[in-house]
Amino acid sequence: MEVVLQNLTKKFPARGRKNQDEVIAVNDFTFKIPDGKLIGLLGPSGCGKSTTLNLISGLQKPTSGKIFFGSDDVTDLQPENRGIGLVFQNYALYPHLTVKQNILFPLENLKGKDKLTKQEMLNKAFEAAKLVQIEELMDRKPGELSGGQQQRVAIARALVKMPKVLLLDEPLSNLDARLRLQTREEIRRIQRETKITTIFVTHDQEEAMSISDMIVVMNMGVVQQIGRPQDVYDNPVNLFVAKFLGTPPINVFLGKITNHMLYIGDDAVLEIPKAWYGGNKDGCRELSLSLESRDITGNDAAAGEESQALFAEGEVYVGIRPEGFRLQAEGSFGCEFVGVEVMGRDISVICANKASCSPKVRAIIGTEHLDGIERNYSEGGFGRNAYVKFSLLPHKVFLFDRQTERRIEFTCDRTKREGC
Amino acid sequence: MAGKRSDHRGVKGWLYLLPALLFLGVFMVYPLFDVFVYSFEEGYHSASQTYFGTGWYNYSYVLHDPYFLQAVKNTLLLVAITVPLSTGIALLISLGLHSITPLKNLFQTIYFLPYVTNTLAVGLVFMVLFKKTAYSEGLINLLITWLGGSSVDFIDGPYWAKMFVLCFYTIWVVLPFKILILTSALASVNQEYYNAAKVDGTSRLRTFMRITLPMISPMIFYLIITGFIGAFKAYSDVVALFGVNLNGAGMNTIVGYVYDMLYGDSGGYPSYASAAAILLFVIVLTITCINLLISKKKIHYS
Repeated sequence: MEVVLQNLTKKFPARGRKNQDEVIAVNDFTFKIPDGKLIGLLGPSGCGKSTTLNLISGLQKPTSGKIFFGSDDVTDLQPENRGIGLVFQNYALYPHLTVKQNILFPLENLKGKDKLTKQEMLNKAFEAAKLVQIEELMDRKPGELSGGQQQRVAIARALVKMPKVLLLDEPLSNLDARLRLQTREEIRRIQRETKITTIFVTHDQEEAMSISDMIVVMNMGVVQQIGRPQDVYDNPVNLFVAKFLGTPPINVFLGKITNHMLYIGDDAVLEIPKAWYGGNKDGCRELSLSLESRDITGNDAAAGEESQALFAEGEVYVGIRPEGFRLQAEGSFGCEFVGVEVMGRDISVICANKASCSPKVRAIIGTEHLDGIERNYSEGGFGRNAYVKFSLLPHKVFLFDRQTERRIEFTCDRTKREGC
Repeated sequence: MAGKRSDHRGVKGWLYLLPALLFLGVFMVYPLFDVFVYSFEEGYHSASQTYFGTGWYNYSYVLHDPYFLQAVKNTLLLVAITVPLSTGIALLISLGLHSITPLKNLFQTIYFLPYVTNTLAVGLVFMVLFKKTAYSEGLINLLITWLGGSSVDFIDGPYWAKMFVLCFYTIWVVLPFKILILTSALASVNQEYYNAAKVDGTSRLRTFMRITLPMISPMIFYLIITGFIGAFKAYSDVVALFGVNLNGAGMNTIVGYVYDMLYGDSGGYPSYASAAAILLFVIVLTITCINLLISKKKIHYS
């Protein structure tokens, strides 16, 4: 079932002396969630993602705007009439009922022509239990289950009525790291098997990136960017999105463009033949498009051309992904060497740069450099405060306007730089 | 060394406990034990502190005393009527309080007022409301006659009328505490359960029966147990309503009987009083045990 949000807005009124300001939890959301996909609503806490989920579920009523399931306007429908399954953050399993009773609970509510016989209910419950692989736990109470098992029961309970849309509120936040990995695969598998349009909320970008068909990045009640995880990562529309996605996070520097040259501090790091503003003015190109013409994958070439305001010179934020550095003796970008963190798969060179917005700059490089770094930087040779030189991969470098934090796209000379 | 040290600590621990233990021992354990001993001493005389022998005579006397049997009947009736009714009414009121938002605190305060009011004062007010005297009919009787009924003397009249007043009074007095407990129990049920039920399209009645009730069952159970015990110990309420000659009024309770046996006009029989007290203890213990047995199956503790 396709889910469409149209100018969806939720305001919480000012309350008493403590909260004097009206809170706009969800500000004018317009986007379409395609049928049968797994969508991650992603944002820092308090960005309105849970409110969005509650609006879709019907537990909260929007201040304005509409919600469609397929072609049906469900904005004024009660949650039970929307055909949704909802998995709560704390699972909300009824603690006094067994797993079986919990899964049966939604079925027992059916009335009239939908009413099922006892046997039909049991069959459906076992079917759902099988899907999430908890058949052998049916007679236990939720208190006797591990977090991961409770999570599965909650999903089974949400799925047993075969909802049109499955909503998961921070489904993995109560699980330990190992279980989280396993459960997110599980959610992916269940979603693939049932083909139910699934929307889940998370603040963990890694989680969202790893299993979603599409992610919706939100901040302060405003949709920042919608797209396939890799597209959003490779093509953030503004500084917030760039900073929010990626672990370790992107390194942000103060820089400037003068004479088609990008400077970080005094280092001329990249040649920029041409730079222009990407996206639209509010930093989210999707929002400017009408609902119908929206390309949900985020590859809307039209938007890029339409707003090609050139950016010639001026101050910018330079975002460089940790994997965008190459260790090179004659590199153009110099940093003070601080230390090395060994991760096994690769190593992080920790540096400092006075133009950096954070005290540490992290560059991820291949393990083959480890010996060289240890020899050259920590022990003998240059000593601890020596400079380390990098060259930059241009496609891992993002420019943002210093005031609006909007993305500034640029071309660079393909012959001189690799991987542009 | 380590052993010595822990010994030392043990002694220290007991020393810390000593004041409380002494106090409890002298004023709680010893009297309990003493009552038990008294109840088997036949013909005990409190002035000379002598008795004829030991045996079951005190129990036999008490169990054959029509006043005691009347007191047992009154008490059981009071318990059987007030405990379920007061718990049920309290639950209804708390549900009401829980579901309203405006003036919630005001109503909560109003419902809690009887709890902080003195029992005897409330009793007197009830007497004024219900008593029929030479000068006045009492407010309730005025109301009854105005509605077309015939007036009843609730304080000195027929047994059912007196029982009605007593039950009414008892329920009214115990309600605030129960409402307080139940409203907080209701408030402590996680809203997510209700949201989950709502998403699943659960009817309100079913939500209450299958979710709310089990969730607050420990608190309800607590109220029933303490309600039973409290009602079995009823005394001051009865005095406030019917005065001190309870045997005469036929409204005595077991605790009242014990008191009368000790200090009443026909009193001075600590042995009989002790036997009656032990009987009360046995009754309460039995009922509490039954309650606990039932609760093991029905109550959900999270």
